[in-house]
Amino acid sequence: MKSNRLQQFLIPLLAVLLGMIAGSIVMLASGYNPIAGFYALVYGAFGDTYYIGETIRQTTPYILTGLAVAFAFRTGLFNIGVEGQLIVGWLAAVWVGVSFDLPKIIHLPLALLAAALAGALWGLIPGVLKAYLKVHEVIITIMMNYIALHVTNAIIRSVLSDEGFKSKPVKESASLHSDFFDAITHHSTMHYGIFIAVAAAFVMWFLLERTTKGFELRAVGFNQHASQYAGMNVRANIILAMVISGAFAGVAGAMEGLGTFGNISTKAGFTGLGFDGIAVALIGGNNAFGILLSALLFGALKVGALEMPSSAGVPTELVDIIIALIIFFVASSYMIRWLLSRWQKGAE
Amino acid sequence: MEYVIEMLNIRKVFGTFVANDNITLQVKKGEIHALLGENGAGKSTLMNVLFGLYQPDGGEIRVKGNPVRITDPNVANDLGIGMVHQHFMLVDTFTVTENIILGSEPTRVGTIDMKRAEREVRELSERYGLAVDPTAKIADISVGMQQRVEILKTLYRGADILIFDEPTAVLTPQEIRELMQIMRTLVREGKSIILITHKLKEIMEVCDRVTVIRRGKGIATLNVAETNPNELAALMVGREVQFTTAKKPAEPGKPVLEIKDLVVKDARGIKAVNGLNLTVHAGEIVGIAGVDGNGQTELIEAITGLIKAESGTIRLNGRDITNLPPRKIIEAGVGHIPQDRHKHGLVLDFPIGENMVLQTYYQPPYSKRGLLNFQAIYEKARQLIREFDVRTPDEYTKARALSGGNQQKAIIGREVDRDPDLLIAAQPTRGLDVGAIEFIHKRLIEQRDRGKAVLLVSFELDEVMNVSDRIAVIYEGNIVAIVDPKETTEQELGLLMAGSKRKEAGVS
Repeated sequence: MKSNRLQQFLIPLLAVLLGMIAGSIVMLASGYNPIAGFYALVYGAFGDTYYIGETIRQTTPYILTGLAVAFAFRTGLFNIGVEGQLIVGWLAAVWVGVSFDLPKIIHLPLALLAAALAGALWGLIPGVLKAYLKVHEVIITIMMNYIALHVTNAIIRSVLSDEGFKSKPVKESASLHSDFFDAITHHSTMHYGIFIAVAAAFVMWFLLERTTKGFELRAVGFNQHASQYAGMNVRANIILAMVISGAFAGVAGAMEGLGTFGNISTKAGFTGLGFDGIAVALIGGNNAFGILLSALLFGALKVGALEMPSSAGVPTELVDIIIALIIFFVASSYMIRWLLSRWQKGAE
Repeated sequence: MEYVIEMLNIRKVFGTFVANDNITLQVKKGEIHALLGENGAGKSTLMNVLFGLYQPDGGEIRVKGNPVRITDPNVANDLGIGMVHQHFMLVDTFTVTENIILGSEPTRVGTIDMKRAEREVRELSERYGLAVDPTAKIADISVGMQQRVEILKTLYRGADILIFDEPTAVLTPQEIRELMQIMRTLVREGKSIILITHKLKEIMEVCDRVTVIRRGKGIATLNVAETNPNELAALMVGREVQFTTAKKPAEPGKPVLEIKDLVVKDARGIKAVNGLNLTVHAGEIVGIAGVDGNGQTELIEAITGLIKAESGTIRLNGRDITNLPPRKIIEAGVGHIPQDRHKHGLVLDFPIGENMVLQTYYQPPYSKRGLLNFQAIYEKARQLIREFDVRTPDEYTKARALSGGNQQKAIIGREVDRDPDLLIAAQPTRGLDVGAIEFIHKRLIEQRDRGKAVLLVSFELDEVMNVSDRIAVIYEGNIVAIVDPKETTEQELGLLMAGSKRKEAGVS
């Protein structure tokens, strides 16, 4: 048991190290100094308070998209639609944020709630189709992503702006902006959203592991037949799982709309936050605490990588490859562990 | 050279668990040699060592007197060892011939010589009395036929020594008889057979010698002619075993389950249950005898609400429960030991403790204000584990890690503990050994004696005849006869199950 814990802790660290070694080889082969490169990466993520602020800001939506994917996964569903749920959540949050004048204590929660509901609605549709018509959720959620992208763009142009490409900034009373974080992190874009993300991780853990409903959701996730046999309503649980997953994703959108950007712009393509959430969830072992750590890894890599071209001269294309290598090794360590556990199971 | 196979002092260790502790198995040429043991005794491990799937940690294997190292199943094949698996390894959409030649296809200028293959398969099947149609698709033939294809596969590859892994588990009584005949023919033609089983009757009927193993140790090798089922059972389990569970006469009370004109369609839309009528009273066990696929599954799933009934009514204690949601039916007082314990009975990735409250988790004391009360859940789990002798390291162990018999005991504990008025037991002892079977039969009779109604569905005639107070024979979705187990015979039941009328059964 103890050695297992140690293994749980060591494997990801080793994986990151292996990824860095592979990245070093790539950098050496293309004539760049790997030490300078990785120094820039680490410095760019944690080097001073500004960078730390940026890393935490980037980690915030990753936690929530990771939770969204993981929640669906734990209940037996593969939610590829986190990206679209995030976008509609972002839109809903900004919409409420610019449309009302309310005290902060009402306005901010209302904007967050709107984001959660929008994401939930975007999860409800594939959930209902899956539960009643057995349409595979992967297909529907992919399509829902495109619908989300283009519908929000249209609304931004026609409703939230006058044929422009971005909305007005959200009212102060709906903003997650933090003067305090701004002051201690040298004007980074870090905002109060991190508290919401960490709280959401706790909510997911509590909901799944401690509540009666969570027991049902997990049972349906593992074995629909046994759940039906035991008198659980499998359809209702599938729909509920997609709704809750979508709500997490919607709140992730609110982090961008009410925190990082404070508005919403038309998008040429996806943000990638939702798709990265799949990797965050898998590397975090679909576990709330693991997701906090893997989201931090993704946030740090994403932010730190910005420093590599300017201070180590590594071109951005190469930086993407190096980041991908690190993620690849971390992800395959998960694969290796999974294979190991399967193999152990098989030998019993 | 007396022995074709000698496994001498074979030892196999997994971690700290000794699966085979110096077991010796010697098989003579031309004999049917039974390998008998409880589930988890080490039979499969030993055979996997022989078939090259595991490497032994000690001991020696000799084939026809020569020491060999069997490093993988291909080596085993080359040595003439063939395995007829319990779970068939066939491609459903291929024909019989295509399946048999798969992996060693006869070719002619780069294409498969199908004519030659079919001819060879036909020759083999005639020689060994394995009647199959070489051009039929696997999906279209019966389970018994599919097993013959598995046997032909090994023969086609030139096997002299055939290992049969629990071959009768999936067969009907008629098919079992045919299989026994095939095994005798094979031996007459010079093959040797190792039969892995825990069914004593089969050993007595068809085997020459038997090696008994218990908890990884070789206990004895006996000539079947010089032993009897009681001795074998005692050797296997390590204590005396009762075959027929003692019970006092039933005292049937009021009707608990009343089924009228029930029609249920199966997944393909065919009426699997077709106008069925049946009543089960308090304090009696009604056994449903029938060949698999005559509507038993659909009947049970309709009673428990897992599938919808087309028409007809199901009443429990006089109350109409037809097509209610499963939870309402459970709450009305129906317990269900499902046929497939992995699919329906357990969430294998949940701890065994949480599986104990699979239907009751939302009720107090297990749930309070929407939160789970783990203390109450695991207290109940410990109580049931103790009462029903579920062998598990602790209540937090995943259900998946338990042996089949212990999983089944856990399910039975859970269902009996809910104190249902009607207990449905579908194949409750499938794949279990005599010790566990005895335990489960006792529990079913105990429920009956407490005034509960018990509906037992089983493909094992012995079980139906031994446990039931009344036997209802099901055929093509209908109850075609109700017989008294004390007055009927296995032959009569077999004929009724095959669809012949009662009167005809009487004269034949």
